[in-house]
Amino acid sequence: MAGASGKDKLLTGIFWLAGIFIVLILAGIIGYVLFRGASSLSLDFILQPPSRAGRLGGISTTIVGTVYLTLLALLAAVPVGVGSAIYLEEYAHSRSRFAKLVNLTAETLAGIPSIVFGLFGFVFFVIFLGMGWSVLSGGLTMAIMILPTITRTAQEAILAVAGEYRENSLALGASRWQTVRRVILPSALPGIVTGIILSIGRAVGETAAIILTAGSSLGMPVSPMDPARTMSVHLYIMAMEGISTERAFGTACLIVVLIVIINYLANLSLSRLTKAMR
Amino acid sequence: MQPISKNLHRRGESWIEKGLAFCAALFVIVIAIITIFIFARGLPILLKVGVADFLFNTDWRPTSNSFGIGTMLVGSLVVTTASLLWAVPLGIMTAIFMAEVAPPRASRWLGALVELLAGIPSVVYGFVGLVLIVPFIRNYLGGNGLSVLAGAIILGIMILPTIINISRDAIRAVPKEYKEGSLALGATHYQSIRRVILPAARSGIITAVVLGMGRAIGETMAVVMVTGNSPIIPAGVLSPVRTMTSNIVLEMGYAAGDHQAALFATGVVLFVFIVILNLVVNMSLKAGAANGRR
Amino acid sequence: MDNVVSTKQEIKMKSVDLQVFYQDFQALHGIDMDIKANHVTALIGPSGCGKSTFLRTLNRLNELIEGTTIKGQVYLDDQAIYSKEMDVVGLRKRVGMVFQKPSVFPMSVYENVAYGPRIHGIKNRGQLDEIVEKSLRAANLWEEMGGRLHTPAARMSGGQQQRLVIARVLAVDPEVILMDEPASALDPISTSKLEELIAELKRAYTIVIVTHNMQQAARVSDYTGFFLNGQLIEFNRTKELFVNPANQQTEDYITGRFG
Repeated sequence: MAGASGKDKLLTGIFWLAGIFIVLILAGIIGYVLFRGASSLSLDFILQPPSRAGRLGGISTTIVGTVYLTLLALLAAVPVGVGSAIYLEEYAHSRSRFAKLVNLTAETLAGIPSIVFGLFGFVFFVIFLGMGWSVLSGGLTMAIMILPTITRTAQEAILAVAGEYRENSLALGASRWQTVRRVILPSALPGIVTGIILSIGRAVGETAAIILTAGSSLGMPVSPMDPARTMSVHLYIMAMEGISTERAFGTACLIVVLIVIINYLANLSLSRLTKAMR
Repeated sequence: MQPISKNLHRRGESWIEKGLAFCAALFVIVIAIITIFIFARGLPILLKVGVADFLFNTDWRPTSNSFGIGTMLVGSLVVTTASLLWAVPLGIMTAIFMAEVAPPRASRWLGALVELLAGIPSVVYGFVGLVLIVPFIRNYLGGNGLSVLAGAIILGIMILPTIINISRDAIRAVPKEYKEGSLALGATHYQSIRRVILPAARSGIITAVVLGMGRAIGETMAVVMVTGNSPIIPAGVLSPVRTMTSNIVLEMGYAAGDHQAALFATGVVLFVFIVILNLVVNMSLKAGAANGRR
Repeated sequence: MDNVVSTKQEIKMKSVDLQVFYQDFQALHGIDMDIKANHVTALIGPSGCGKSTFLRTLNRLNELIEGTTIKGQVYLDDQAIYSKEMDVVGLRKRVGMVFQKPSVFPMSVYENVAYGPRIHGIKNRGQLDEIVEKSLRAANLWEEMGGRLHTPAARMSGGQQQRLVIARVLAVDPEVILMDEPASALDPISTSKLEELIAELKRAYTIVIVTHNMQQAARVSDYTGFFLNGQLIEFNRTKELFVNPANQQTEDYITGRFG
């Protein structure tokens, strides 16, 4: 049987190689962007507005655009997403047709490519509702895109904590809403926050849908009706039009740093949920 | 029979339930509006040109009223297939590694890294492809680098997390007894994986591949940045190629009239394709042993 | 609540031809039972016999399981609890419940006990303090936890948690307390503390307890009902039922021949 064990060792080695290869891909991408981009990062780069279409100056307006658009998206999506998660887990019968339909739509929504959301946002918000290329159009389009993530993570968090708490609270004569508000939501909060953090990551990185709905103006967005360029859109345009490789690297570097931080925070918040459940 | 009372409200709380139900209903409303608006803009021209002509005609000259997305359809399929060719085997192997081979700590770490891989925006992948992979191909393999190959490499990386996560969960969901039964019969660990665990996890792994494919077909920014975007059917892996999604994002900026409608029609094609893909996955999941709640 | 002697034999709750269905499965077949005020009624029987299902019909908690239907009636002080007019939230305030696994809320000891009074509208801090102390005392927990009211309840031992859950139930001032195998997750010492507590509580409350442990039923209860396959086989004074069972199946069960 020495042959079999030799073969087993070989297979173990191959599987380890697969795992290591994944780590190398990730390390390669992140390492390369950080290595090439770190030198462009400076306080000026972050605080100065771009000039001459991004050849000079920093990226401050695109940072503001990103934050602005993300906040608007969260403002619209979080209440709706968490609200429907509460409804699906605490009020609806899980076998009811309506609950099944909503779950199915949420899954479908999660699978639709961002370019299709972009087309929709363009024809609906920009043209039909007359919002033009604006932070609002982009934010609302983004809100629809992150809705499934927020709802699903909230549903999972509620499902994970609710069972016994729900029975105990209802048995004390609490109403559904009292049970939700006082016991279930506080204990599910870390899971809900995880979903929100992951959505921020998605909003920061989204490009295709934003170009078609928020435009690509380099001006500083003040009103929600102003057009705006996000960091990701900026990176795309700089790279595609060969405007400034150095500044493109700086922008990419900043995005990657943000994404790494966001992922770390999401993990932290998730581990807090599991700890609370113990 | 006594019907079950669901009345667990205090005074004034029934409107809360209505509000929450409305939030949930918004999902249905939103998807209905999306469908209506995309179709309203795209379907007329699709019907005017004819579905078959629109899909398979390779003549895309929107300025002279010739709308055939055949070239881009082939482009999407070629890039997607090429990316699946390497990402599926690697993804499934990594999933097996995480579920069956790696020590728990290593598996957890790798899981966190795969999440990070999933979190990196497509525009960053596209950028890295443009500055790293495209020059590499140009210098060592030939052509100008912007190619099917570059697209397949970048897309493959992007769909790895989908394939890994779903396959891993499917493998982990296989009842322990199967593996123990196999080991008890004197099979080695790897014989058990190949003959018992993988067959048992088959439907989950197929789901992973299908969803990975959906993601690859719909991906836009990364592809547009590395594939060169020439509207021609690629002659080989080093040729440039234009996908349906690239076509939309490249031309929406200046398209008007029927041209714009044709881009929406491309959106309709993508939308229908993805929705069908999702429904099929959903149904096959439900058909294959209703484990879990959903 | 000490002048209850005169009402000793009063019937607090009563089920009449009670039937419960989960989808197509009939879990209870026509149960008739009188539950006497200020007594402990124990429900025994093998797993799946319907004793917990019966317990959960008494505060309408089994409605949380989707697809449940109920025929027949349960009365609380002559008031039909399965009727359109019944306020389920109010019912559960009057009929409290302690579960198998102590499940404290992720809050402090104080907040756990104050949870019930708060949801029933008590906001006054002094009043809440008073209720918390009284409930903890009644649950024999004040000595141990009185000085640590603001520590997270999750840090307490299993036995303490179960008594905290009882204190939480007492804080809403119920009339009936339902207990679903309250000692099954506890060690012997905590169990005997719990049994002492039950003996004290019956002076002021009506108690219905589901238990797997026949010795426990014999020790703590005044009346015992034996369930089998969704039917109430025998219901009698505990002493009578254990010493002199009328039914062969009851005898088989309590002598350990099955179950």
